[in-house]
Amino acid sequence: MQVYLPIAEISVDALLLLGLGGIIGFLSGLFGVGGGFLMTPMLIFIGIPPVVAVATQANNVIASSVSGVFAHWRRGNVDFKMGWVLLAGGFAGSTVGVGLFSLLRSLGQIDLVINLSYVVFLGTIGALMMVEGTRAMMRRRRKAAPRKLHQHSWLHGLPLKTRFRKSRLYISALVPLAIGFGVGVLSAIMGVGGGFILVPAMIYLLGMPTAMVIGTSLFQIIFVAANVTFLQAAQNQTVDVVLAMLLLVGSVVGAQVGTRIGSRLQGDWLRLLLGILVVAVCSKLFVDLFTPPVDIYTLGVPL
Amino acid sequence: MSLRRSPSRTRKVLIGTAALFLIVVLAAGTLYRVLPARAALVADLSDHLIAITTGFSGASVLLFGATEQAGDIVVIVRGPSQPVLMHRKSRVAGVWINTASMTIENVPGFYAVASSRPLEDVASESIRRRHQMGVEYLPIAPPLTKASPNIAEQWKAGLIRNQQRSGLFPRVTGRVNFLGERLFRTRLELPANVPTGTYRVEVFHLREGRVVGAQTTPLSVSKVGLEAEVFDFAQNRSALYGLIAILVALVAGWIGHIVFRKG
Repeated sequence: MQVYLPIAEISVDALLLLGLGGIIGFLSGLFGVGGGFLMTPMLIFIGIPPVVAVATQANNVIASSVSGVFAHWRRGNVDFKMGWVLLAGGFAGSTVGVGLFSLLRSLGQIDLVINLSYVVFLGTIGALMMVEGTRAMMRRRRKAAPRKLHQHSWLHGLPLKTRFRKSRLYISALVPLAIGFGVGVLSAIMGVGGGFILVPAMIYLLGMPTAMVIGTSLFQIIFVAANVTFLQAAQNQTVDVVLAMLLLVGSVVGAQVGTRIGSRLQGDWLRLLLGILVVAVCSKLFVDLFTPPVDIYTLGVPL
Repeated sequence: MSLRRSPSRTRKVLIGTAALFLIVVLAAGTLYRVLPARAALVADLSDHLIAITTGFSGASVLLFGATEQAGDIVVIVRGPSQPVLMHRKSRVAGVWINTASMTIENVPGFYAVASSRPLEDVASESIRRRHQMGVEYLPIAPPLTKASPNIAEQWKAGLIRNQQRSGLFPRVTGRVNFLGERLFRTRLELPANVPTGTYRVEVFHLREGRVVGAQTTPLSVSKVGLEAEVFDFAQNRSALYGLIAILVALVAGWIGHIVFRKG
Protein backbone atom coordinates (compact mmCIF):
# COMPACT_ATOMS: atom_id res chain seq x y z
CA MET A 1 0.00 0.00 0.00
CA GLN A 2 1.69 3.17 -1.24
CA VAL A 3 1.39 6.33 0.83
CA TYR A 4 2.60 9.76 -0.28
CA LEU A 5 4.58 11.62 2.37
CA PRO A 6 3.83 15.36 2.21
CA ILE A 7 7.15 16.66 3.57
CA ALA A 8 9.51 13.99 2.25
CA GLU A 9 7.68 14.36 -1.11
CA ILE A 10 7.96 10.74 -2.08
CA SER A 11 5.65 7.76 -2.02
CA VAL A 12 6.56 4.69 0.05
CA ASP A 13 5.02 1.39 1.10
CA ALA A 14 3.10 1.85 4.37
CA LEU A 15 3.67 -1.77 5.44
CA LEU A 16 7.41 -1.36 5.03
CA LEU A 17 7.33 1.65 7.37
CA LEU A 18 5.19 -0.19 9.93
CA GLY A 19 7.63 -3.10 9.92
CA LEU A 20 10.65 -0.82 10.17
CA GLY A 21 9.06 1.03 13.10
CA GLY A 22 8.32 -2.30 14.78
CA ILE A 23 11.91 -3.56 14.57
CA ILE A 24 13.40 -0.30 15.83
CA GLY A 25 10.80 -0.08 18.62
CA PHE A 26 11.61 -3.63 19.68
CA LEU A 27 15.32 -2.82 19.96
CA SER A 28 14.47 0.40 21.76
CA GLY A 29 12.41 -1.40 24.43
CA LEU A 30 14.97 -4.19 24.73
CA PHE A 31 18.11 -2.09 25.13
CA GLY A 32 16.90 1.36 26.16
CA VAL A 33 18.38 3.01 23.08
CA GLY A 34 16.33 5.43 20.99
CA GLY A 35 17.18 3.53 17.84
CA GLY A 36 18.05 6.67 15.88
CA PHE A 37 21.43 5.27 14.93
CA LEU A 38 19.64 2.43 13.12
CA MET A 39 16.51 4.25 11.94
CA THR A 40 18.17 7.19 10.19
CA PRO A 41 20.34 5.08 7.84
CA MET A 42 17.36 2.77 7.12
CA LEU A 43 15.09 5.68 6.18
CA ILE A 44 17.76 7.17 3.94
CA PHE A 45 18.21 3.75 2.37
CA ILE A 46 14.51 3.54 1.37
CA GLY A 47 14.73 6.95 -0.27
CA ILE A 48 13.67 9.48 2.38
CA PRO A 49 15.75 12.67 2.03
CA PRO A 50 18.42 12.67 4.82
CA VAL A 51 17.26 15.94 6.41
CA VAL A 52 13.70 14.61 6.71
CA ALA A 53 14.94 11.23 7.98
CA VAL A 54 17.00 12.78 10.80
CA ALA A 55 14.21 15.11 11.92
CA THR A 56 11.35 12.62 11.68
CA GLN A 57 13.09 9.77 13.45
CA ALA A 58 13.51 12.10 16.45
CA ASN A 59 9.71 12.46 16.53
CA ASN A 60 9.34 8.70 16.38
CA VAL A 61 11.85 8.21 19.19
CA ILE A 62 9.57 10.24 21.49
CA ALA A 63 6.73 7.77 21.00
CA SER A 64 8.76 4.60 21.46
CA SER A 65 10.56 6.05 24.48
CA VAL A 66 7.30 7.14 26.17
CA SER A 67 5.85 3.71 25.60
CA GLY A 68 9.01 2.11 27.00
CA VAL A 69 9.29 4.46 29.99
CA PHE A 70 5.74 3.66 31.15
CA ALA A 71 6.49 -0.04 31.00
CA HIS A 72 9.75 0.40 32.92
CA TRP A 73 8.19 2.81 35.39
CA ARG A 74 5.58 0.22 36.30
CA ARG A 75 8.42 -2.13 37.18
CA GLY A 76 10.06 0.62 39.24
CA ASN A 77 13.01 0.84 36.90
CA VAL A 78 13.25 4.60 36.33
CA ASP A 79 15.54 6.75 38.48
CA PHE A 80 13.90 10.13 37.94
CA LYS A 81 16.42 12.02 40.03
CA MET A 82 19.28 10.68 37.93
CA GLY A 83 17.25 11.36 34.78
CA TRP A 84 16.81 15.06 35.60
CA VAL A 85 20.52 15.52 36.35
CA LEU A 86 21.49 13.83 33.07
CA LEU A 87 18.94 15.92 31.24
CA ALA A 88 20.30 19.22 32.60
CA GLY A 89 23.74 18.25 31.31
CA GLY A 90 22.21 17.03 28.04
CA PHE A 91 20.49 20.34 27.25
CA ALA A 92 23.66 22.32 27.86
CA GLY A 93 25.67 19.84 25.79
CA SER A 94 23.30 19.82 22.83
CA THR A 95 23.32 23.63 22.69
CA VAL A 96 27.12 23.55 22.42
CA GLY A 97 26.84 20.66 19.96
CA VAL A 98 24.52 22.57 17.62
CA GLY A 99 27.08 25.39 17.45
CA LEU A 100 29.84 22.89 16.70
CA PHE A 101 27.67 21.31 14.01
CA SER A 102 27.26 24.65 12.22
CA LEU A 103 31.00 25.25 12.38
CA LEU A 104 31.80 21.84 10.89
CA ARG A 105 29.20 22.31 8.18
CA SER A 106 30.69 25.62 7.15
CA LEU A 107 34.03 23.82 6.86
CA GLY A 108 32.32 21.38 4.46
CA GLN A 109 33.24 18.15 6.25
CA ILE A 110 30.22 17.38 8.41
CA ASP A 111 29.53 14.07 6.60
CA LEU A 112 32.99 12.80 7.32
CA VAL A 113 32.87 13.88 10.97
CA ILE A 114 29.49 12.17 11.42
CA ASN A 115 30.73 8.93 9.88
CA LEU A 116 34.01 8.94 11.75
CA SER A 117 32.36 9.65 15.10
CA TYR A 118 29.89 6.83 14.46
CA VAL A 119 32.72 4.43 13.70
CA VAL A 120 34.88 5.50 16.64
CA PHE A 121 32.12 5.62 19.27
CA LEU A 122 30.10 2.66 18.08
CA GLY A 123 33.23 0.59 17.62
CA THR A 124 34.71 1.36 21.03
CA ILE A 125 31.47 1.00 22.96
CA GLY A 126 30.28 -2.08 21.10
CA ALA A 127 33.59 -3.88 21.52
CA LEU A 128 33.75 -3.02 25.24
CA MET A 129 30.22 -4.25 25.83
CA MET A 130 30.82 -7.50 24.00
CA VAL A 131 34.01 -8.23 25.91
CA GLU A 132 32.51 -7.27 29.25
CA GLY A 133 29.24 -9.14 28.65
CA THR A 134 31.05 -12.32 27.64
CA ARG A 135 33.43 -12.11 30.59
CA ALA A 136 30.57 -11.58 33.05
CA MET A 137 28.69 -14.60 31.74
CA MET A 138 31.77 -16.81 31.91
CA ARG A 139 32.35 -15.65 35.47
CA ARG A 140 28.83 -16.59 36.46
CA ARG A 141 29.15 -19.96 34.79
CA ARG A 142 32.23 -20.63 36.94
CA LYS A 143 30.07 -19.65 39.92
CA ALA A 144 32.62 -17.21 41.19
CA ALA A 145 31.78 -14.70 43.89
CA PRO A 146 29.46 -11.92 42.63
CA ARG A 147 31.41 -8.85 41.59
CA LYS A 148 31.11 -5.60 43.45
CA LEU A 149 28.37 -3.22 42.36
CA HIS A 150 30.98 -0.76 41.14
CA GLN A 151 34.62 0.08 41.61
CA HIS A 152 35.61 3.14 43.57
CA SER A 153 37.76 5.64 41.69
CA TRP A 154 38.68 9.33 41.69
CA LEU A 155 35.14 10.00 40.38
CA HIS A 156 33.91 9.34 43.87
CA GLY A 157 36.14 12.01 45.36
CA LEU A 158 34.34 14.89 43.61
CA PRO A 159 32.20 17.38 45.52
CA LEU A 160 28.36 17.70 45.44
CA LYS A 161 27.84 14.15 46.63
CA THR A 162 24.24 13.13 46.12
CA ARG A 163 22.32 10.03 47.00
CA PHE A 164 20.50 8.36 44.07
CA ARG A 165 18.34 6.01 46.11
CA LYS A 166 16.79 4.12 43.19
CA SER A 167 20.15 3.36 41.63
CA ARG A 168 21.69 2.61 45.02
CA LEU A 169 24.44 5.12 44.35
CA TYR A 170 26.07 7.82 46.44
CA ILE A 171 28.15 9.84 43.99
CA SER A 172 28.92 13.39 42.97
CA ALA A 173 26.14 14.97 40.87
CA LEU A 174 28.89 16.39 38.65
CA VAL A 175 29.53 12.94 37.12
CA PRO A 176 26.06 12.38 35.59
CA LEU A 177 25.97 16.08 34.69
CA ALA A 178 29.22 15.72 32.72
CA ILE A 179 28.04 12.50 31.08
CA GLY A 180 24.79 14.18 30.05
CA PHE A 181 26.77 17.10 28.63
CA GLY A 182 29.11 14.89 26.59
CA VAL A 183 26.23 12.84 25.22
CA GLY A 184 24.36 16.06 24.39
CA VAL A 185 27.30 17.34 22.30
CA LEU A 186 27.64 14.05 20.45
CA SER A 187 23.92 13.62 19.84
CA ALA A 188 23.68 17.09 18.30
CA ILE A 189 26.57 16.31 15.95
CA MET A 190 25.51 12.77 15.10
CA GLY A 191 21.81 13.58 14.89
CA VAL A 192 20.73 10.82 17.26
CA GLY A 193 19.24 10.66 20.75
CA GLY A 194 22.49 9.37 22.17
CA GLY A 195 21.06 6.34 23.96
CA PHE A 196 23.71 4.01 22.65
CA ILE A 197 26.38 6.19 24.26
CA LEU A 198 24.38 7.01 27.37
CA VAL A 199 23.53 3.41 28.25
CA PRO A 200 27.13 2.15 28.40
CA ALA A 201 28.23 5.36 30.14
CA MET A 202 25.64 4.82 32.87
CA ILE A 203 26.57 1.17 33.26
CA TYR A 204 30.33 1.53 33.30
CA LEU A 205 31.00 5.08 34.50
CA LEU A 206 28.18 5.48 37.01
CA GLY A 207 27.88 1.81 37.93
CA MET A 208 24.07 1.83 37.76
CA PRO A 209 22.20 -1.50 37.60
CA THR A 210 21.44 -2.42 33.96
CA ALA A 211 17.66 -2.62 34.47
CA MET A 212 17.61 0.88 36.01
CA VAL A 213 19.84 2.25 33.24
CA ILE A 214 17.39 1.37 30.47
CA GLY A 215 14.33 3.02 32.01
CA THR A 216 16.30 6.12 33.04
CA SER A 217 17.96 6.44 29.64
CA LEU A 218 14.58 6.26 27.88
CA PHE A 219 13.24 8.91 30.26
CA GLN A 220 15.91 11.42 29.33
CA ILE A 221 15.77 10.51 25.61
CA ILE A 222 12.10 11.64 25.50
CA PHE A 223 13.19 15.19 26.30
CA VAL A 224 16.22 15.23 24.02
CA ALA A 225 14.13 13.89 21.11
CA ALA A 226 11.32 16.38 21.79
CA ASN A 227 13.86 19.22 21.74
CA VAL A 228 15.30 18.00 18.42
CA THR A 229 11.82 17.54 16.91
CA PHE A 230 10.78 21.04 17.86
CA LEU A 231 13.96 22.70 16.59
CA GLN A 232 13.86 20.78 13.30
CA ALA A 233 10.17 21.56 12.73
CA ALA A 234 10.52 25.23 13.60
CA GLN A 235 13.78 25.94 11.79
CA ASN A 236 13.89 23.55 8.86
CA GLN A 237 10.29 22.32 8.38
CA THR A 238 11.65 18.81 7.93
CA VAL A 239 9.44 16.78 10.31
CA ASP A 240 7.03 14.63 8.31
CA VAL A 241 4.08 13.74 10.55
CA VAL A 242 2.64 11.22 8.12
CA LEU A 243 5.96 9.35 8.08
CA ALA A 244 6.28 9.71 11.86
CA MET A 245 2.79 8.33 12.49
CA LEU A 246 3.37 5.25 10.35
CA LEU A 247 6.68 4.61 12.08
CA LEU A 248 5.38 5.17 15.59
CA VAL A 249 2.45 2.77 15.30
CA GLY A 250 5.02 0.07 14.62
CA SER A 251 7.53 1.27 17.17
CA VAL A 252 5.05 1.66 20.05
CA VAL A 253 4.00 -1.97 19.63
CA GLY A 254 7.61 -3.05 19.13
CA ALA A 255 8.78 -1.21 22.26
CA GLN A 256 6.22 -3.07 24.41
CA VAL A 257 7.30 -6.45 23.07
CA GLY A 258 10.95 -5.48 23.50
CA THR A 259 10.46 -4.41 27.12
CA ARG A 260 8.71 -7.67 27.95
CA ILE A 261 11.44 -9.81 26.46
CA GLY A 262 14.13 -7.59 27.94
CA SER A 263 12.76 -8.08 31.46
CA ARG A 264 13.18 -11.85 31.10
CA LEU A 265 16.77 -11.62 29.90
CA GLN A 266 19.73 -11.15 32.20
CA GLY A 267 21.67 -7.89 32.18
CA ASP A 268 24.81 -9.60 30.87
CA TRP A 269 22.94 -11.04 27.94
CA LEU A 270 21.41 -7.66 27.12
CA ARG A 271 24.81 -5.99 27.18
CA LEU A 272 26.31 -8.68 24.96
CA LEU A 273 23.47 -8.44 22.44
CA LEU A 274 23.56 -4.65 22.32
CA GLY A 275 27.33 -4.89 21.92
CA ILE A 276 26.93 -7.21 18.93
CA LEU A 277 24.34 -4.91 17.35
CA VAL A 278 26.46 -1.82 17.81
CA VAL A 279 29.55 -3.53 16.42
CA ALA A 280 27.58 -4.75 13.39
CA VAL A 281 26.37 -1.23 12.54
CA CYS A 282 29.86 0.12 13.14
CA SER A 283 31.46 -2.46 10.82
CA LYS A 284 29.03 -1.55 8.06
CA LEU A 285 29.88 2.15 8.41
CA PHE A 286 33.59 1.37 8.61
CA VAL A 287 33.50 -0.67 5.41
CA ASP A 288 31.47 2.08 3.69
CA LEU A 289 34.17 4.63 4.41
CA PHE A 290 36.64 2.61 2.34
CA THR A 291 34.30 1.24 -0.33
CA PRO A 292 34.41 3.10 -3.63
CA PRO A 293 31.06 4.93 -3.92
CA VAL A 294 28.47 4.06 -6.58
CA ASP A 295 29.12 7.46 -8.11
CA ILE A 296 31.82 9.91 -7.06
CA TYR A 297 29.37 12.69 -7.87
CA THR A 298 26.47 13.08 -5.45
CA LEU A 299 23.66 15.56 -5.08
CA GLY A 300 24.07 17.61 -1.93
CA VAL A 301 21.52 18.09 0.78
CA PRO A 302 19.61 21.30 -0.05
CA LEU A 303 20.09 23.67 2.86
CA MET B 1 3.08 55.13 -87.56
CA SER B 2 4.60 55.92 -84.30
CA LEU B 3 1.21 56.93 -83.02
CA ARG B 4 -0.34 53.56 -84.11
CA ARG B 5 2.50 51.50 -82.74
CA SER B 6 2.36 53.21 -79.38
CA PRO B 7 -1.00 51.74 -78.17
CA SER B 8 -0.02 48.19 -79.33
CA ARG B 9 3.24 48.47 -77.47
CA THR B 10 1.39 49.60 -74.40
CA ARG B 11 -0.93 46.61 -74.71
CA LYS B 12 2.03 44.23 -75.05
CA VAL B 13 3.62 45.64 -71.92
CA LEU B 14 0.32 45.31 -70.09
CA ILE B 15 -0.14 41.71 -71.20
CA GLY B 16 3.43 40.92 -70.28
CA THR B 17 3.01 42.39 -66.83
CA ALA B 18 -0.23 40.51 -66.28
CA ALA B 19 1.39 37.23 -67.38
CA LEU B 20 4.33 37.79 -65.09
CA PHE B 21 1.99 38.57 -62.23
CA LEU B 22 0.03 35.41 -62.94
CA ILE B 23 3.21 33.33 -62.97
CA VAL B 24 4.34 34.81 -59.69
CA VAL B 25 0.95 34.15 -58.11
CA LEU B 26 0.84 30.58 -59.44
CA ALA B 27 4.40 29.94 -58.31
CA ALA B 28 3.66 31.38 -54.91
CA GLY B 29 0.56 29.19 -54.64
CA THR B 30 2.54 26.09 -55.51
CA LEU B 31 5.28 27.04 -53.11
CA TYR B 32 2.70 27.67 -50.43
CA ARG B 33 1.38 24.17 -50.91
CA VAL B 34 4.88 22.66 -50.92
CA LEU B 35 6.04 24.57 -47.84
CA PRO B 36 4.40 23.41 -44.60
CA ALA B 37 1.86 25.59 -42.90
CA ARG B 38 2.97 27.05 -39.57
CA ALA B 39 -0.20 26.44 -37.57
CA ALA B 40 -0.66 22.85 -38.64
CA LEU B 41 0.06 21.30 -35.25
CA VAL B 42 -2.52 20.85 -32.52
CA ALA B 43 -1.84 18.95 -29.30
CA ASP B 44 -3.32 18.72 -25.82
CA LEU B 45 -3.07 16.74 -22.59
CA SER B 46 -5.77 14.53 -21.10
CA ASP B 47 -5.19 16.39 -17.84
CA HIS B 48 -3.48 19.68 -17.02
CA LEU B 49 -3.35 19.09 -13.28
CA ILE B 50 -1.72 16.16 -11.54
CA ALA B 51 -3.08 16.05 -8.02
CA ILE B 52 -0.80 14.53 -5.39
CA THR B 53 -3.02 12.87 -2.83
CA THR B 54 -2.26 10.40 -0.02
CA GLY B 55 -2.29 7.42 -2.37
CA PHE B 56 -0.11 9.06 -5.05
CA SER B 57 2.27 6.60 -6.66
CA GLY B 58 3.15 8.34 -9.87
CA ALA B 59 0.93 9.49 -12.71
CA SER B 60 0.39 8.94 -16.38
CA VAL B 61 -0.90 11.68 -18.67
CA LEU B 62 -2.08 11.17 -22.23
CA LEU B 63 -0.79 13.63 -24.79
CA PHE B 64 -2.63 13.58 -28.10
CA GLY B 65 -2.74 15.75 -31.19
CA ALA B 66 -2.90 16.07 -34.93
CA THR B 67 -0.71 17.50 -37.64
CA GLU B 68 -1.85 18.62 -41.09
CA GLN B 69 0.91 16.67 -42.70
CA ALA B 70 2.90 13.58 -41.98
CA GLY B 71 6.17 14.02 -40.18
CA ASP B 72 7.85 13.31 -36.88
CA ILE B 73 6.75 14.34 -33.41
CA VAL B 74 9.09 14.98 -30.48
CA VAL B 75 7.66 15.67 -27.02
CA ILE B 76 9.75 17.15 -24.19
CA VAL B 77 8.47 17.31 -20.61
CA ARG B 78 10.40 19.60 -18.28
CA GLY B 79 9.86 20.09 -14.54
CA PRO B 80 10.44 23.32 -12.62
CA SER B 81 14.10 24.38 -12.56
CA GLN B 82 16.15 25.00 -9.45
CA PRO B 83 19.79 25.19 -8.38
CA VAL B 84 21.40 21.90 -7.29
CA LEU B 85 24.34 21.50 -4.94
CA MET B 86 26.71 18.71 -5.97
CA HIS B 87 29.69 17.08 -4.30
CA ARG B 88 32.56 15.08 -5.74
CA LYS B 89 34.26 12.42 -3.65
CA SER B 90 37.85 11.35 -3.89
CA ARG B 91 40.08 9.05 -1.96
CA VAL B 92 42.11 10.59 0.85
CA ALA B 93 44.22 8.12 2.85
CA GLY B 94 41.94 5.30 1.76
CA VAL B 95 38.75 7.02 2.86
CA TRP B 96 36.24 8.41 0.38
CA ILE B 97 35.39 11.99 1.30
CA ASN B 98 33.85 15.00 -0.42
CA THR B 99 36.69 17.07 -1.79
CA ALA B 100 34.88 19.41 -4.16
CA SER B 101 31.43 20.90 -4.47
CA MET B 102 29.64 22.92 -7.10
CA THR B 103 26.26 24.62 -7.41
CA ILE B 104 24.61 24.14 -10.79
CA GLU B 105 21.88 26.58 -11.74
CA ASN B 106 18.61 25.85 -13.54
CA VAL B 107 18.49 22.08 -13.28
CA PRO B 108 15.04 20.86 -14.34
CA GLY B 109 13.41 18.80 -11.60
CA PHE B 110 12.17 16.40 -14.25
CA TYR B 111 13.11 15.86 -17.89
CA ALA B 112 11.70 13.29 -20.30
CA VAL B 113 11.65 12.97 -24.08
CA ALA B 114 9.28 11.01 -26.32
CA SER B 115 9.69 10.67 -30.05
CA SER B 116 7.99 8.98 -32.99
CA ARG B 117 11.35 7.64 -34.27
CA PRO B 118 14.82 7.49 -32.69
CA LEU B 119 15.95 11.07 -32.10
CA GLU B 120 19.07 10.66 -34.27
CA ASP B 121 16.84 9.81 -37.25
CA VAL B 122 14.42 12.64 -36.61
CA ALA B 123 16.74 15.61 -36.44
CA SER B 124 20.35 16.57 -36.94
CA GLU B 125 22.60 17.23 -33.97
CA SER B 126 22.42 21.00 -34.38
CA ILE B 127 18.59 20.91 -34.36
CA ARG B 128 18.56 18.64 -31.30
CA ARG B 129 21.01 20.94 -29.55
CA ARG B 130 19.00 24.04 -30.37
CA HIS B 131 15.75 22.58 -29.03
CA GLN B 132 17.39 20.59 -26.18
CA MET B 133 16.10 17.23 -27.42
CA GLY B 134 17.95 14.82 -25.15
CA VAL B 135 19.58 15.18 -21.69
CA GLU B 136 23.00 15.66 -23.25
CA TYR B 137 21.83 18.99 -24.68
CA LEU B 138 20.50 20.41 -21.41
CA PRO B 139 22.53 23.49 -20.38
CA ILE B 140 23.29 22.16 -16.90
CA ALA B 141 27.08 22.18 -16.78
CA PRO B 142 28.88 24.30 -14.17
CA PRO B 143 29.87 27.75 -15.48
CA LEU B 144 33.17 27.84 -17.36
CA THR B 145 34.48 30.41 -14.90
CA LYS B 146 34.53 27.65 -12.28
CA ALA B 147 35.56 24.60 -14.29
CA SER B 148 37.37 23.86 -17.54
CA PRO B 149 35.15 22.48 -20.34
CA ASN B 150 36.45 18.97 -19.70
CA ILE B 151 35.77 19.08 -15.95
CA ALA B 152 32.42 20.79 -16.49
CA GLU B 153 31.35 17.89 -18.73
CA GLN B 154 32.18 15.41 -15.95
CA TRP B 155 30.07 17.32 -13.43
CA LYS B 156 27.22 17.42 -15.91
CA ALA B 157 27.47 13.70 -16.62
CA GLY B 158 27.51 13.03 -12.87
CA LEU B 159 24.41 15.15 -12.37
CA ILE B 160 22.59 13.34 -15.18
CA ARG B 161 23.53 9.91 -13.74
CA ASN B 162 22.19 10.92 -10.32
CA GLN B 163 18.93 12.20 -11.78
CA GLN B 164 18.58 9.04 -13.87
CA ARG B 165 19.09 6.81 -10.82
CA SER B 166 16.27 8.57 -8.99
CA GLY B 167 14.03 8.28 -12.07
CA LEU B 168 13.72 12.04 -12.59
CA PHE B 169 15.48 11.91 -15.97
CA PRO B 170 14.00 8.69 -17.45
CA ARG B 171 16.69 6.81 -19.38
CA VAL B 172 14.46 5.60 -22.19
CA THR B 173 12.99 7.87 -24.82
CA GLY B 174 9.22 7.48 -24.79
CA ARG B 175 7.35 6.42 -27.88
CA VAL B 176 4.98 8.69 -29.83
CA ASN B 177 2.54 6.57 -31.82
CA PHE B 178 0.87 7.71 -35.01
CA LEU B 179 -2.67 6.61 -35.80
CA GLY B 180 -2.65 6.94 -39.55
CA GLU B 181 -0.60 9.85 -40.86
CA ARG B 182 -2.04 12.74 -38.92
CA LEU B 183 -3.10 11.69 -35.45
CA PHE B 184 -0.54 10.99 -32.76
CA ARG B 185 -0.55 10.09 -29.09
CA THR B 186 1.90 9.30 -26.30
CA ARG B 187 1.82 8.59 -22.57
CA LEU B 188 3.83 10.80 -20.26
CA GLU B 189 4.83 8.81 -17.17
CA LEU B 190 5.71 10.72 -14.01
CA PRO B 191 7.28 8.75 -11.10
CA ALA B 192 6.12 9.07 -7.47
CA ASN B 193 9.05 11.31 -6.49
CA VAL B 194 8.38 14.08 -9.03
CA PRO B 195 8.83 17.60 -7.70
CA THR B 196 5.76 19.80 -7.50
CA GLY B 197 5.38 22.91 -9.64
CA THR B 198 4.55 23.94 -13.17
CA TYR B 199 5.86 21.68 -15.92
CA ARG B 200 6.32 22.63 -19.55
CA VAL B 201 5.31 20.14 -22.23
CA GLU B 202 6.78 21.04 -25.62
CA VAL B 203 5.56 19.33 -28.78
CA PHE B 204 7.70 19.65 -31.94
CA HIS B 205 6.57 18.72 -35.44
CA LEU B 206 9.48 17.93 -37.73
CA ARG B 207 9.65 17.26 -41.43
CA GLU B 208 12.83 16.23 -43.18
CA GLY B 209 14.86 17.13 -40.13
CA ARG B 210 13.46 20.64 -39.73
CA VAL B 211 11.12 21.91 -37.05
CA VAL B 212 8.01 23.07 -38.88
CA GLY B 213 5.68 23.50 -35.93
CA ALA B 214 5.85 23.70 -32.17
CA GLN B 215 3.43 24.04 -29.31
CA THR B 216 3.93 24.45 -25.57
CA THR B 217 1.41 23.30 -22.99
CA PRO B 218 1.67 23.77 -19.23
CA LEU B 219 1.17 20.88 -16.81
CA SER B 220 0.73 21.51 -13.12
CA VAL B 221 1.81 19.04 -10.43
CA SER B 222 0.59 19.96 -6.97
CA LYS B 223 -0.42 18.55 -3.63
CA VAL B 224 -4.14 18.68 -2.87
CA GLY B 225 -6.34 17.96 0.13
CA LEU B 226 -4.72 16.63 3.30
CA GLU B 227 -1.24 16.48 1.77
CA ALA B 228 -1.38 20.16 0.81
CA GLU B 229 -2.78 21.18 4.21
CA VAL B 230 -0.08 19.31 6.15
CA PHE B 231 2.63 20.84 3.96
CA ASP B 232 1.25 24.39 4.25
CA PHE B 233 0.83 24.00 7.99
CA ALA B 234 4.42 22.81 8.37
CA GLN B 235 5.64 25.79 6.34
CA ASN B 236 3.50 28.56 7.79
CA ARG B 237 2.97 27.62 11.44
CA SER B 238 6.14 25.61 11.94
CA ALA B 239 6.48 26.05 15.72
CA LEU B 240 2.89 24.93 16.33
CA TYR B 241 3.43 22.06 13.89
CA GLY B 242 6.46 20.93 15.90
CA LEU B 243 4.50 21.03 19.16
CA ILE B 244 1.64 19.04 17.64
CA ALA B 245 4.10 16.46 16.28
CA ILE B 246 5.55 16.05 19.79
CA LEU B 247 2.08 15.81 21.33
CA VAL B 248 0.99 13.17 18.81
CA ALA B 249 4.08 11.10 19.61
CA LEU B 250 3.55 11.43 23.38
CA VAL B 251 -0.09 10.38 23.13
CA ALA B 252 0.74 7.51 20.78
CA GLY B 253 3.36 6.20 23.19
CA TRP B 254 0.94 6.46 26.11
CA ILE B 255 -1.89 4.73 24.19
CA GLY B 256 0.52 1.95 23.28
CA HIS B 257 1.29 1.46 26.93
CA ILE B 258 -2.41 1.44 27.97
CA VAL B 259 -3.39 -1.02 25.24
CA PHE B 260 -0.63 -3.42 26.18
CA ARG B 261 -1.20 -3.20 29.91
CA LYS B 262 -4.78 -4.36 29.40
CA GLY B 263 -3.89 -6.92 26.75
